[in-house]
Amino acid sequence: MNRYSIFTLARNALSHHEHWQRAWRSPEPQRRYDVVIVGGGGHGLATAYYLAKEHGVRSIAVLERGLIGLGNSGRNTTIVRSNYLWDESAHLYEHSLKLWEGLSRRLNFNVMFSQRGVLNLAHNLHDLRELRRRVNANRLNAIDSDILTTQEVQRMVPALNCAADARYPVLGASLQRRGGTARHDAVVWGFARAADALGVDIIQNCEVTAIRQRDRRVTGVETTRGSIAADKLGVVVAGHASVLAQMAEIRLPIESHPLQALVSEPIKPVLDTVVMSNAVHVYVSQSDKGELVIGAGIDAYNSYSQRGSFPVVEASVSALVELFPSFRRLKMLRQWAGIVDVCPDASPIISKTPVRGLYFNCGWGTGGFKATPGSGHVFAHTIARDEPHALNAAFALERFTTGALVDEHGAAAVAH
Amino acid sequence: MLRIACPWCGPRAEIEFSYGGEAHIALPEAADALDDAAWAQYLFMRTNPKGRHLERWVHTHGCRRWFNVVRDTASERIAAVYQPGAEPPEDAR
Amino acid sequence: MSQPNRTAAGGRIDRERPLSFRFDGRHYVGHAGDTLASALLANDVHLVARSFKYHRPRGILSMGVEEPNALVQLGQGAYTTPNMRATQVELYQGLSAQSQNRWPSLSTDVGAINDRLSALLPAGFYYKTFMWPAALWMRYERGIRRMAGLGHAPREPDPDRYERMHAHCDVLVVGAGPAGLAAALAAGRAGARVIVADDQCEAGGQLLAERFEIAGRPALAWVGATLAELQALPEVRLLRRTAINAYYDHNFLVGCEQLPGERAKELSTVPRQRLWKIRAREVVLATGAIERPLVFPDNDRPGIMLAASVRGYLNRYGVKPGTRVVIATAADDAYRTALDLAGAGASIVAVADLRAQAAGYLPQQVRSRGIEVLTGARIVGTEGRMRVDAVRVQTGASRVRALACDLLAMCGGWMPSVHLFSQSRGKLEFDAGLGAFVPGAATQAVTCAGMVRGAPSLREALAQGFQAGAAAAARCGFDRIAKIECPPTLEPEETPIDASCAFRGTPGGGKQFVDWHNDVTVADVRLAAREGYDGIEHLKRYTTAGMGVDQGKTGNLNALALLAELRGVPVLEIGTTTFRPPYQPLAFGAIAGADSGALFDPVRRTPMHGWHERHGALFEDVGQWKRPWYYPRPAESMRQAVDRECLAVRAALGILDASTLGKIDIQGPDATEFIDRIYCNSFRTLAPGRCRYGLMLRQDGMVFDDGVSARLSEHHYLMSTTTGGAARVLAWLEEWLQTEWPRLRVYCTSVSEQYAQVAIAGPRCADMLAPLTDVKLDAMPPMSVREGSVAGIPARVFRISFSGAPGYEIAVAAGRGVELWTTLMGAGERFGITPYGTEAMHVLRAEKGFIIVGQETDGTVTPLDLGLDRMVAADKFFIGKRSLARADARRTDRKQLVGLLTESPQTVLPEGTQLILEPHDFAAAPRSPVAMAGHVTSSYYSANCGRSIALALVKAGISRLGETLYAPLDGQLVKVTLTAPCFLDAQAQVRRG
Repeated sequence: MNRYSIFTLARNALSHHEHWQRAWRSPEPQRRYDVVIVGGGGHGLATAYYLAKEHGVRSIAVLERGLIGLGNSGRNTTIVRSNYLWDESAHLYEHSLKLWEGLSRRLNFNVMFSQRGVLNLAHNLHDLRELRRRVNANRLNAIDSDILTTQEVQRMVPALNCAADARYPVLGASLQRRGGTARHDAVVWGFARAADALGVDIIQNCEVTAIRQRDRRVTGVETTRGSIAADKLGVVVAGHASVLAQMAEIRLPIESHPLQALVSEPIKPVLDTVVMSNAVHVYVSQSDKGELVIGAGIDAYNSYSQRGSFPVVEASVSALVELFPSFRRLKMLRQWAGIVDVCPDASPIISKTPVRGLYFNCGWGTGGFKATPGSGHVFAHTIARDEPHALNAAFALERFTTGALVDEHGAAAVAH
Repeated sequence: MLRIACPWCGPRAEIEFSYGGEAHIALPEAADALDDAAWAQYLFMRTNPKGRHLERWVHTHGCRRWFNVVRDTASERIAAVYQPGAEPPEDAR
Repeated sequence: MSQPNRTAAGGRIDRERPLSFRFDGRHYVGHAGDTLASALLANDVHLVARSFKYHRPRGILSMGVEEPNALVQLGQGAYTTPNMRATQVELYQGLSAQSQNRWPSLSTDVGAINDRLSALLPAGFYYKTFMWPAALWMRYERGIRRMAGLGHAPREPDPDRYERMHAHCDVLVVGAGPAGLAAALAAGRAGARVIVADDQCEAGGQLLAERFEIAGRPALAWVGATLAELQALPEVRLLRRTAINAYYDHNFLVGCEQLPGERAKELSTVPRQRLWKIRAREVVLATGAIERPLVFPDNDRPGIMLAASVRGYLNRYGVKPGTRVVIATAADDAYRTALDLAGAGASIVAVADLRAQAAGYLPQQVRSRGIEVLTGARIVGTEGRMRVDAVRVQTGASRVRALACDLLAMCGGWMPSVHLFSQSRGKLEFDAGLGAFVPGAATQAVTCAGMVRGAPSLREALAQGFQAGAAAAARCGFDRIAKIECPPTLEPEETPIDASCAFRGTPGGGKQFVDWHNDVTVADVRLAAREGYDGIEHLKRYTTAGMGVDQGKTGNLNALALLAELRGVPVLEIGTTTFRPPYQPLAFGAIAGADSGALFDPVRRTPMHGWHERHGALFEDVGQWKRPWYYPRPAESMRQAVDRECLAVRAALGILDASTLGKIDIQGPDATEFIDRIYCNSFRTLAPGRCRYGLMLRQDGMVFDDGVSARLSEHHYLMSTTTGGAARVLAWLEEWLQTEWPRLRVYCTSVSEQYAQVAIAGPRCADMLAPLTDVKLDAMPPMSVREGSVAGIPARVFRISFSGAPGYEIAVAAGRGVELWTTLMGAGERFGITPYGTEAMHVLRAEKGFIIVGQETDGTVTPLDLGLDRMVAADKFFIGKRSLARADARRTDRKQLVGLLTESPQTVLPEGTQLILEPHDFAAAPRSPVAMAGHVTSSYYSANCGRSIALALVKAGISRLGETLYAPLDGQLVKVTLTAPCFLDAQAQVRRG
């Protein structure tokens, strides 16, 4: 693997960059692997990476239906934070955030993790109360979290309408300074390159068409590129989780919905932090390229079409310009949708299944990107040891039977 | 934006409706007799197919009545609408 | 007023109307009918921008929506708008524009250092560096951010208005070029309801830029006649300056109309833009095509333009963008540019045809004018710093010739504008002849006509248009078509283009741009392919090709074709990136329309709102409602006001506007059965005339809403809900009734806004009310309802109380709420009646331990957690019952509702405070998680109790009464004791009554 640094960049400049190697190989699939990961998004590639790196698994393949990283990994609004309400979520996302903090150097790939801070706005007394509850819980969970007054918010975000007579006045905000954004594609490519260097076969354009099992034990998969045997199968396919589950005759508490996002044209820096408002349902940050990256709420109906409905965009953009009246003359450049796998309690499933050797990692809904390294890390553990890591024990499928949900709809129910 | 034919009001824009999730998930008759796993099936587990989906909608900003729709979740094509309690029409592929 | 490049005559501009404007502070003059781009070119201004990454000087490349270079900051102050394409901005008097992304000036830009350092800045360079030292990344990033971006956002709120319009039609025709007009005419004549939308200020499309003839007359005469006929058809609507930007499911399209407000500020009463939301039964896309640029070294200098655009500037605007012109082409079409320019007196240095042969009619015409035509030519470079001044051309193995020029017009053929078709989910096909994508199978009711389908000639475009329009109308049932005769045109046959010349580039030499906007070069594409980013989406994301403001309208196809060649596979196998809406950037203001300020979300006010305002109330937002929060007297603090209000209720008399509570009228023979299934407590036993507090759960067993319901008669109930829950609960009731229990004969009606409701509370309430009403108050038991009159107003009187103090609630018709309120205020004066707001209401109910749904509950709380076991009926079905039997609901260490008393009675814990089990030294202990025992849901100073009180949800709280917990507060630990959740006469507690 070529090492990436300013020095290798300079050295390669001398040879007109003709000698860079492929970031990851493009191998033919082998007939069998110890572990097959279905889904070449950030979570799947991270899982493969940690399986190889920390669990010494030698024979791993990641199967991707198309090209890696083009599902939700490449369609999200790149927000990273860990300020969740419940202990179970907070610990999982904080674990992930800590991995983010060293990720660029660990992967030797700049994932442009920008800890520019994440603001969650409160617009009424109820919001404030719930915000305090969450901030206090975060602090006790050793997660950095602060409450800002209206004036402090205004200083941080001059373009935000903080007028007292606004329809949704800003009464305060929580701030997680260690939160921020990262370059979504870079995370995918960085994990892919690092996993590949550890011998993981990343196989693109390889769609799984069936899951083979004997006596409720996984034996492999059928794919568009032939049969592949495997002892263990980890499925991390986000919006398509139910489709894969059906192949294994499992039912999941998942619904797939479009989640839309959009960007503005690139402009000079005007917003230095991430601003989220649950009440009016919009979140916005500015990418390093200068585009305002705006996330909407989910479309109400089940869909796999990777397109949403225009009224959802209208609502989010209305909310955006209500909060930022000076943005009205800026222009939407591009909009798109991902298919998010929504769980009833807005928390993920990282779990063993009734089929031995089959593991599912899904249900991240609108918030999976931030969990990419952490999700991969604990899922790798779950697969390698055939038992959950302490951090994902609460996120097993059984919770829907016992009722021990981790309901993040309430206080921390930010759409992201 | 979808265009949905309310069985009582005719074709209207999606914004007039609210979505009600998968159809034909009936309340179990003897819920108390079910074990927790069976109750979880009713409460949480969903088919969530890629393709033909039987689902419920309500004409919130119209007649306020519920009805069922056969929609393809991949193409968004609506094959049929039918009344609650009824079975989907045969010709709705 | 010199406009050196303006022709003496011709074009669609109004030469009688000069318009002065400024660009980068310099004054210029153009004409009505100009765009900013044509006016700048008329003044021989080519250098208009710096590129995104390398800050290279850039000029105007094109004439339309595809423009990647000429982006300007338009207007000033609150009206300033970044990234406006000069080619799309209609000139107006006083227009002022600035170039972007340069410092200190367009001609001297420090950022151009990037061009020198470009060897260090290949595609994706930032992924490979800036990793060391980690702490500096945030500083690097700040630098990167400052370098990136183009124009700047306004600093002030946008003063302009926007509006939105819904429209429905049989046939929507997108594009008013020849094919679109023909389609509209055919559909319109058939009687269909037609909308024709076109983004230009006048119809005609490509005909405006050409010198074609139709039926033996100038083509624009045909356009005029067609427009006249369309305008005479009552069912046809023509939308000019309206770009259709997005094509969604079920034939729903969104367009944006530019209104005159943008062009002339004196008309600022007119909205700036109008968003059109169009549902069409059939769509005809006649969206034309975009000319394909050529890839060669230094192909980005100002003065290098698309050939058809050069011709367009000449024919449409009377502007000759240069006088010594070299033409580089891979298609016959550019020869028209040579002929038209030569006709206008420009000197054509040479036509460099990249094809091996140029034997068609048009090349012959050019040759016959004595113009040199070089075939098999390669462009090996260009020269000129701020403007091209020479083109280096090689034919075969011959020596490179430097052709001096001031304009290089290039043409790589045409790329159909399949964007909208692709957005509609239509499949694309690759047309080998064109070397470009064309529409394939449609999935919605859409057809394509004209150049978007690759129509090779005007004649064919017209024929396709007529056919598509007639067929679309027929599918809508308008099949009484008069026979349509396609008017004859006179056009030479064109020889095939060779698209491979367009994208291959020339080895060696300077940067060969594929994507002008994002400075993506052939080298970048090759690097991406080498490193394995060789799928089109990876290529796009790695190099940023196609992700600029132009969304790759000029560059995508060349990037794609180049990648296909590098990989040695057919273009179709690589596929194309997804075409995402919008086709052109769309102002956020237009999308939001009038939905801002008060119209962003409706504000709901009670009938008595004005009275509260006049009496100094401050308001709290509860859902959409404005509720009086408290009524401070002059110089009174919030605490003082709330204390006074609370004391008044317990000591004498208080009055509260309770109108916002949700009210649902429920009637029918099965109403009792229904309500009994909805609430977790029993309603079967409720007698007519009596009320009961009810708790409803979701099917997962969690508390969902609560309120007092009154049984007005045998089959008639009035249910009350929380303020925020009214709509939700009604929807919930309807859902169960209609989908699960359709046999129950029950009818639910929202009457929330039909009634004004007033709560009076305190020991003197009966004294005040009795003289005003014919209802026998002393005959009313707690939790009962009577009908009668109060102050002469027909009313329902409820003996219920949410404060625990003796109380009544009186409901009257909403229109008489003020009358009731003021009468009560008058009658209560001698009892010291005190209006109180939501804050006092919250304190009063907390004194009695009454919950508020959404405050003591958060969707994870069961009635058992609230200690309301006695409300959970064992002997009946109710929604959520089965879930309460699940393992987790039976855990004994669930969070349960308790009261809290702080050690110091003056300490009021903030709501949302978390509680811990053991004292913890936060300063000394390492930063690791501390176990939490619960959190404070409500917390107040209670003047009636003479101390602070709080409610909390605490793990296993009910079994831990009397124990001590700790609350971290401002770095200190506050000791709290767990108590039962009732702080005032626990014995006398009457649940809401």
